[in-house]
Amino acid sequence: MILEARELVTGYGFSVVIHGISLDVDTGEIVCLLGRNGAGKSTTLRSIMGLTPPRSGRVTFRGEEITGRQPFEIARRGVGYVPDDRRIFSDLTVKENLEIVQRVTRREGRWSLERVYQLFPVLRELSAKPGAGLSGGEQKMLAIGRALMGNPALLILDEPSEGLSPLLVRTLVDALRRIREDGTTLLIADQNVKFARRVADRGYIMEKGTIRFAGPLEQLWQNEEVVRRYLAV
Amino acid sequence: MDSVLFQGLIGLSMAMYLWLISAGLTIIFGVLRIVNFAHGSLYMVGAYLAFTFYGLLGWPFWLAIVLSLLGTGLLGFVMERGFLRRIYGIDEAYQLLLTFGFILILDDLVKIVWGGVFKIPQIPAFLDGAWSVFGRPFPVYNTFIIGIGVLVAVGLWALFEKTWWGRTVRATASDREMANAIGVNVPRVFSGVFVFGSMLAALGGALGTPVRVVAPGIGATMIIQAFIITVIGGLGNLKGAFVSSLIVGILSAYGTLFFPVFELFFIFVIMAVVLLVRPQGLFAR
Ligand SMILES: Nc1ncnc2c1ncn2[C@@H]1O[C@H](COP(=O)(O)OP(=O)(O)O)[C@@H](O)[C@H]1O
Ligand SMILES: [Mg+2]
Repeated sequence: MILEARELVTGYGFSVVIHGISLDVDTGEIVCLLGRNGAGKSTTLRSIMGLTPPRSGRVTFRGEEITGRQPFEIARRGVGYVPDDRRIFSDLTVKENLEIVQRVTRREGRWSLERVYQLFPVLRELSAKPGAGLSGGEQKMLAIGRALMGNPALLILDEPSEGLSPLLVRTLVDALRRIREDGTTLLIADQNVKFARRVADRGYIMEKGTIRFAGPLEQLWQNEEVVRRYLAV
Repeated sequence: MDSVLFQGLIGLSMAMYLWLISAGLTIIFGVLRIVNFAHGSLYMVGAYLAFTFYGLLGWPFWLAIVLSLLGTGLLGFVMERGFLRRIYGIDEAYQLLLTFGFILILDDLVKIVWGGVFKIPQIPAFLDGAWSVFGRPFPVYNTFIIGIGVLVAVGLWALFEKTWWGRTVRATASDREMANAIGVNVPRVFSGVFVFGSMLAALGGALGTPVRVVAPGIGATMIIQAFIITVIGGLGNLKGAFVSSLIVGILSAYGTLFFPVFELFFIFVIMAVVLLVRPQGLFAR
């Protein structure tokens, strides 16, 4: 088990939005968190990454407890994070956005500037451009490439398919499969079940800060009742 | 004609002094998002330390400058690690209270150590005197300040554009949470930036005061000028601080040529005009 979350409770200010979530991700898997807008997917991912530390519960990564650690420590241990709003460093160039991660995480491994450019060739052409000058889709690829530059053992992606054209979704699906083949485990949050079906092995369905269903994606997809109640199709 | 050019040169040296005192304040605001009202006090401490090592102990000029920067940097480190770090997440009023508290404490500390009487630092012999520019005597020391100002500008540009520490600081300034999530040790970057900004304040104090007096309370005048420069340039924007120093320095030099009694007045007029036209400052994002 590469990641284990146990009984996470997380909130913002006075409100609690995650009510005791537990989930597991096995090495080499692609796991997807599904659920409608506001279900608590992003908050779950932020709790794991240490961005919104859980109020109680425990997160274990590769057998070591990481609960309450700062995000940079979690990143340096090998968790990559791609936020839903991309958060590209706007006044660094595309190349600098990628290289800086290698500088700060100091994690050796398979990924390099060259390999990220092979995965997303458009980034090579844009390499000297400032991050602010990229389109939404280009920023999405850069955000994924940036996370890969830290050679993560686990890559966390929040809403990767959101706002992408069908063509770009296909590029994304291919890229995620290649990333997995390269030995990186993936934990994805998305609202789009059709997209999730194409990449994920297993899924968790969230509603109102709790998990309502867990199982292989095919089984989940065939359960009409579950799909209708908890998911937007 | 020559008198106009000569006054421009005077303005340029004034501008570079303003640039030296506002650069650190700008960098600290740009990254930590706190207005450090105690920046003037760091300037004062830098001035006193340089005065002590050079003027009182007679150590070499450059050594005195370096020691003043190191000493003030250490003070900045204690301020950030011990105090400021605790208030980043909470209401801005606490920043004002805390940094204002530092002004009072450091003013009193300086009085205890060096006494309440003002001191007049001496200008080192090799920077003393004047040379003839456009047929008038122009102080060598002003030329030196212009040189240092340009050097600091080029150095900061290189630091932020060409080094990985600089890029990491820029990334942290633009999105500290995301910087943290890619593996940047943000608390350490904050300390580093605060120490660096404190040392820039000390540089202004160590080099700027030989043509001014050193006394408890000089930080107050300095912080007002530095704050106005950063507001005109756009809070947290280094290029803005540089351009606004040039504008304010040169315009007030010409202003005082015609209305000598109104020196500080011009700075306020320029600020008022800029804020009326562009409330966010010249170079705000
Ligand atoms: N920064 C925040 N401050 C306060 N409430 C938030 C914040 N972010 C999300 N929430 C609330 O937490 C709940 C879960 O949101 P989120 O985790 O973003 O869900 P999802 O990613 O599934 O759409 C929502 O009710 C949302 O309004
Ligand atoms: Mg979300």
